[in-house]
Amino acid sequence: MIEISVKQSRPNFTLDVSVKLGHGITALFGASGAGKSSLLNLVAGLEQPDSGRIRIGSESLYDSKAKINLAVHKRRIGYVFQDALLLPHLSVRSNLRYGIKQGGMEFSSIVEFLGISALLDRRPATLSGGERQRVAIGRALLSAPRLMLMDEPLASLDMERKREIFPYIEQLQKKFGIPVILVSHAVEEVARLAQHVVVMRDGKVVAEGSPQAVMNLPDRHTSRFEKTSILTGKPASYDSTYGLTTLSHPAGNISLTGQFANGKTPVRIVVRATDVTLALGKPKDISARTMLKGMISKCEFDGSPIAIIHVKLEGGEELAAALTRKAIDQLGLDEGQAVWCLLKSVSIDERWIASS
Amino acid sequence: MSLSPEEWTTIFLSLRVALLATLICLPAGLALAWLLARKNFWGKSALNSLIHLPLVLPPVVTGYLLLVAFGRRGVIGAFLEQTFGLVFAFRWTGAALAAALMALPLMVRAIRLSIESIDQRLEGAAATLGASPLRVFATVTLPLAAPGLLVGTILTYVKALGEFGATITFVSNIPGQTQTLSLSIYSLLQTPDGDAAALRLILLSIALALAALLASELCVKRLTQRVTGTA
Repeated sequence: MIEISVKQSRPNFTLDVSVKLGHGITALFGASGAGKSSLLNLVAGLEQPDSGRIRIGSESLYDSKAKINLAVHKRRIGYVFQDALLLPHLSVRSNLRYGIKQGGMEFSSIVEFLGISALLDRRPATLSGGERQRVAIGRALLSAPRLMLMDEPLASLDMERKREIFPYIEQLQKKFGIPVILVSHAVEEVARLAQHVVVMRDGKVVAEGSPQAVMNLPDRHTSRFEKTSILTGKPASYDSTYGLTTLSHPAGNISLTGQFANGKTPVRIVVRATDVTLALGKPKDISARTMLKGMISKCEFDGSPIAIIHVKLEGGEELAAALTRKAIDQLGLDEGQAVWCLLKSVSIDERWIASS
Repeated sequence: MSLSPEEWTTIFLSLRVALLATLICLPAGLALAWLLARKNFWGKSALNSLIHLPLVLPPVVTGYLLLVAFGRRGVIGAFLEQTFGLVFAFRWTGAALAAALMALPLMVRAIRLSIESIDQRLEGAAATLGASPLRVFATVTLPLAAPGLLVGTILTYVKALGEFGATITFVSNIPGQTQTLSLSIYSLLQTPDGDAAALRLILLSIALALAALLASELCVKRLTQRVTGTA
């Protein structure tokens, strides 16, 4: 259990956070300036809170009442920065060895795990962004951390490089048992990696819970283009003729491009509210391959021509749809009404999903 | 162009004075530069001004103040002589002290700029890997500041080689003891037929200064490449 309860006042900004995190991957989610990175720095000890306490298990790293403030180098917390921050004057090998702990993980096994053995004699300046992040992860791992902090480790990478790094972040927790706190402002990243999400705004926690639960909450601060829902489905079958995977979901089958045929592990997909069409009956002559049955749970109007309709799907998950008020009036949509949610399979970005 | 024994004495003395001045300046400059670059404390501006004072004061004034403080009857001078038997006044060590003080602002400036240009988050990253502040300084700050350190050292050495005003005021102009190249040139120019001899030393000074500058240029370039890993 990681307990973070801190207050920090700065001119124009106040951070006031109190969370308890488990041992999985926790995502700190929010717009830039929400205080996510500051929170990481407080946990690492790079910044000081005004008051509060930070504990990992039974050990206090910081406790203003007990006057405990462990120095950064004694905290044993791995930190992977957005721009990796490898030491430029040292080779990759020396960077990896910089914080190496006796009795920690073996150098060669980490190098092999991250696939960086060919890079050992290179200098950081000659590495690509993805390579740099892998070295940064390895460097932090070798320092035998009891917690890993990652500050938007994927933000500066393109899609291909992101896909290259995902598995390593997932393995930190699965293979090495190290809890991870990950800062992110991409829903897809959160959907792919996190077990727990803490949503921050203006230095405060505004929501907390599983990605599906938290991302689908009504929230007037997000524009319709940022409004997304996360759905969970189990890959049930693969159609090799068309290259489509069917995900089974209590509300109906979800069609997904690409092969994700691994029946046991559920996958999360991110659906943009602007990609969802609502229908009163199940349409027949239509190209959308995914039709999910549910009931309208909430209509969010804000005076603009657009409204967000929240649909509670069969099975309990929520799906948000952005509609014009005109469409809502003409269909006579209202809370409690049964509807079909139509999704274009092509609108779901399968690149974020772990392929089998 | 063969040099006379007196000329050799002068050259060796100058090199020795400059070397000692640099050795005094380097640790002091590094400590002060780090303090100014990384710490906030009461009186920081005052300290910064004090370090830069020799740059703006007339060198004669600096020399005089040194004489007042470090002369045998000066507060510090008397103390050092009684406690350690250390005498600066009218000795070559005094010449080195004067040169060190005059060159200190250059040393501090060069190192400070170089420390300030280091991304402090690198030091933070090293700390998260378990490095103590001392280890961070030795393995991150110092190597990354190396180009500035080198520039400071060479500037100090060259400045010390040519120091004149403070030196002559503090330790006078004693051949074989405190008469460095500059003082020697000055003396020769004061003697009726000294022009030719002075010219030899002048050319020598120019050669020494140029060589030092060229060497520093080359070293800094290669060191910077090594430090940033762009070689």
